[in-house]
Amino acid sequence: MTWLTLLMALPLAGSLAVAALPKTNEKLVKQTALATTLIVMAATIAMALGFQRDNVELQFVEKYSWIPFFGINYALGIDGLALVLILMSTILAPVVVLAGWNESHGGRWSVKTFYILILVLETMMIGVFAATDVFLFYVIFEAMLIPVYFLIGGYGTGERSAAAVKFLIYSLFGGLLMLASIIALYVMSGAQGGHTFDLAALSSLEMSSTTQDLLFLGFFIAFAIKAPLWPLHTWLPDAAESATPGTSVLLLGVLDKVGTFGMIRYCLTLFPEASKTFTPMILVLAVISIIYGAILAIGQRDLKRLIAFTSISHFGFITMGIFAMTSQGHSGATLYMFNHAFSTAALFLVGGWMISRRGSSTIADFGGLQRITPVMAWMFFLAGMSSLALPGLSSFVSEFLVLVGTFTRYPAHAVIATCGIVLAALYILIPVQKALHGPTTPGNENLSDLNLREKIAIAPVIAIIVVLGFYPSPLLKVINPAASHVIAQLGFNDPVPTNGSK
Amino acid sequence: MMSSHSLVYLIALPLAGAAILLLAGRRSDKWGHLLATGLSASSFFLGLYQLSLMLSRSNEQRPVGQKLFEWISVGTFNIDAGLMLDQLSICFVLLITGVGTLIHIYSISYMSHDPDRRRFFAFLNLFIAAMLLLVLGDSYLNLYVGWEGVGLASYLLIGFWNQKLAYATASKKAFVMNRIGDMGLSFAIMIAFATMGTVSFTGVKAAAEHTSTAALTAIGIMLLLAATGKSAQFPLQAWLGDAMAGPTPVSALIHAATMVTAGVYLITRSNFIFDAAPTAQLLVVIVGAITLMFGALIGTAKDDIKKALAASTMSQIGYMILGAGLGPVGYAFAIMHLLTHGFFKAGMFLGAGSVIHGMNDEVNIRKYGALRKFMPITFATFGFGYLAILGVPPFAGFYSKDMIIETAFNSGGIKGIILGSVTLLGAGITAFYMTRVMILTFTGTSRWDEEVHPYESPWLMWLPMAILAVGSVTSGYLLSHGNALVNWLSPLFESHGEHDEFLPPMVVSGLALAMVAIGVAIAFLKYSRSDVDAVAPSDVSIFTTIARQDLMQDRFNEAVFMRPGQLLTSVLVKTDEAIIDGAVRGVGRAAMGTGATLRGVQSGFVRSYAALILIGAVALIAAIWVVVQ
Repeated sequence: MTWLTLLMALPLAGSLAVAALPKTNEKLVKQTALATTLIVMAATIAMALGFQRDNVELQFVEKYSWIPFFGINYALGIDGLALVLILMSTILAPVVVLAGWNESHGGRWSVKTFYILILVLETMMIGVFAATDVFLFYVIFEAMLIPVYFLIGGYGTGERSAAAVKFLIYSLFGGLLMLASIIALYVMSGAQGGHTFDLAALSSLEMSSTTQDLLFLGFFIAFAIKAPLWPLHTWLPDAAESATPGTSVLLLGVLDKVGTFGMIRYCLTLFPEASKTFTPMILVLAVISIIYGAILAIGQRDLKRLIAFTSISHFGFITMGIFAMTSQGHSGATLYMFNHAFSTAALFLVGGWMISRRGSSTIADFGGLQRITPVMAWMFFLAGMSSLALPGLSSFVSEFLVLVGTFTRYPAHAVIATCGIVLAALYILIPVQKALHGPTTPGNENLSDLNLREKIAIAPVIAIIVVLGFYPSPLLKVINPAASHVIAQLGFNDPVPTNGSK
Repeated sequence: MMSSHSLVYLIALPLAGAAILLLAGRRSDKWGHLLATGLSASSFFLGLYQLSLMLSRSNEQRPVGQKLFEWISVGTFNIDAGLMLDQLSICFVLLITGVGTLIHIYSISYMSHDPDRRRFFAFLNLFIAAMLLLVLGDSYLNLYVGWEGVGLASYLLIGFWNQKLAYATASKKAFVMNRIGDMGLSFAIMIAFATMGTVSFTGVKAAAEHTSTAALTAIGIMLLLAATGKSAQFPLQAWLGDAMAGPTPVSALIHAATMVTAGVYLITRSNFIFDAAPTAQLLVVIVGAITLMFGALIGTAKDDIKKALAASTMSQIGYMILGAGLGPVGYAFAIMHLLTHGFFKAGMFLGAGSVIHGMNDEVNIRKYGALRKFMPITFATFGFGYLAILGVPPFAGFYSKDMIIETAFNSGGIKGIILGSVTLLGAGITAFYMTRVMILTFTGTSRWDEEVHPYESPWLMWLPMAILAVGSVTSGYLLSHGNALVNWLSPLFESHGEHDEFLPPMVVSGLALAMVAIGVAIAFLKYSRSDVDAVAPSDVSIFTTIARQDLMQDRFNEAVFMRPGQLLTSVLVKTDEAIIDGAVRGVGRAAMGTGATLRGVQSGFVRSYAALILIGAVALIAAIWVVVQ
């Protein structure tokens, strides 16, 4: 059965349905969008139930010739890594639609356009993780920029155009480097048995180490911009500050994961030797991102920028886990991608509700919310606890796996990164104190607490954060085989216990 | 290890209580406190049941375990959600649930006027559950969950009245300083996994024999760092005084009897590491010795009754840590002092709460005086606690503290003499500051304002105080009679033969009592003979000033960590915008070949960007082509 095509077609069909609706019936537009995302989520879960956990080969494979002249195929297939990320995307989509029910109002374009963009984006989010043809991946990778560009520039706040352009320029620049690398791969494949963009075929190409290094960088820089790694991060705080909360969730939760996903799927698979060459440098950048992102988060006065910087720190953890080349680091990084999506979603959505009620995103404008809007305050607090990786919540499991997995091979990096947990306590508890505690700041007296729709939207996110904190096994069982496979392909084994003798 | 199916209920009951109360919200206002108290009591009775089962088995058969489910499993990193109850953890289970239930009962009345009493009880239940997980977890990672769980409960309870900014700040300070300690626990777990390939207690114990001293020392030092955070030991002690912002029952339960002693648990639980890592062990002793003096000195200058007691807690835990550092002999004595301290310090804190309650929330002992007549029960129960902490025979502290002093002297050589002297001196200072609190609060003339009408607390409050007072009187004798506790715990600890006796027990007791007598006498001379100022005198020596400011701990932390940290943060925020983003913008401008700013050219020039990007792409492809060929 062509599950993956079906998954991609569903939101696209939903967007067509929305397009056919009258512009004036906003409620129906929203309901259609919500129904579509819920159906996609259900379909994804149904597909996941048929996934063979211990099979490391690609599953649900589809392949159709697309542009035969160039050897380009419409080829899809998923392993544990891709499955987890598609699940993450399709669970987040209905949450975002429901949580941001009113955030499309006051945009440059209609409510209808907003949901068409969201649904088209969902199709691409599934496709980008499922693609096994490098050219198809590239096309979706670049095409995703378009809906996001319009979502930020058309529906955001503040200097939304500037932020959207900055996002676009950064991404296009990265995409350009990747395109160059892809074309080079294509050319080489022609000399070694036939032009192709097939990922598996390209990964067995022979190339000189210089070539491999250069092509690796083309991919890696594109991905390091997506999942912002220091010093390529400066577009993210601007974009997150201007975007609507829902857009930010999709941007940081899903789109940025394409970067870390790409590092595993493309950088490590296509260029194993270059990956090893650049590992020391990448690990340093990752550790800098962890600490730097955390310190910058502490220094922010704007709530949305603060959350964006916490994500830069978290992406540092994910990147470090990927390049630690241990099963714990790798599985931890993959699980981290999933968990980060939900804890950041919780932060952005609840933060967004606070901001829209208060009419300001400056942290100092809040104060005493705990006693005015207790439910909202509690949700923000829980989201914060998840972000600082409190044991018992989901992010702890992934963060600790990354740290312990890194420590066994690169103790110094892990030690510095662990200092990030103290900084995390600061970047969460400072805004918690300023926004939720203390006496009520004038102007906050009449803020309303979460309504039923908002409670329903946030409940599954919180439930996932709590349940996966205690019972991550179902996800880990899907992730582990894929992660170990990648590590083994690169020729790495987990370090064995040393008994302290070096 | 035998397996049990019922351990999980010890934790599940209070955890369910917390969940029900938090989720039901205001609907449970009427009965929430009763449910929480009942669940805490149920856990206590389950604990007693477990104890009876243990008593019916032989020594080796006593530990029981329960595997709940597979928690984290990646490669060789396999962690089950598993519990373990042995001779050590049962002591804690009974202390936590026993004292915890008494404090639940006390709080029903103490918090009866608070509109958020239900939330308070939810947090108390959350704390009990987390603390039980801490002592029942069968691996360092399970312990970690409880370890940060109690930190969370402590944070929520210190900041229970966080509408006051100072209280909110106090709770944040406690959390952050604890996180520094938690980092140590993370490191210890990582080193253990990297060197031994396991993080379960039984696994690490078995592997420790084959592991290098260097690795064990590193683990030991990191565990000590964790202990200093949670147990408010030097150098991470500064949060405990501020933590008194929480309601007094919280101070009694979390910041005196149970949570702050978790560091002592961690060290005794890790005896197999410290026994094989003398350097780490020595550091433990040093930290304990410094803190016991540090806390005692602060205690001499505090006018806030809760802060005086908090300083005393810090100091008494210093004794326990020191004892634990003198393992294997000292482990059992550390635990014994921990248990007796749990009774008498919780009792005194509840007594302080009773006084504060009767005095319109006044906490300054200079504004008390002569309360003996108005609060006879509080006076009596507090008095028993006082005699216990002084170590007057036959009260509890006499047995437990003297054992630590004795062990310190007997640890041999110069080290023994120094440690013994420090513990003796500490006993004297303790006697001084506790007598000071006692005199200023309960005797002499009244110094309170006219509108204050002190009254004795209702029975719901004094009953728990009375029960704890019984413990303050008898627990030392009961635990040491026939070496009961030492024998009970002995299967867990390696016995390394008897140490040489440096001083006979009688001499140690005599010296300790002499020091106590001196401390009491000085306090009497200073505070009992003349009238006490209701306002703290300002013309005091530099030493008093420093002691009043907690030996400058906050100033030190602010000057060395906080301000440089804030400076670094603001510098980085500025450079991120100016330099990193600026550099990117500069490259962008150069690439565009235009002097206009990004902001200036934005939307209208998107097409030219695209064109430029295309040109760039072609150039790059050409470059790569050359390389590939």
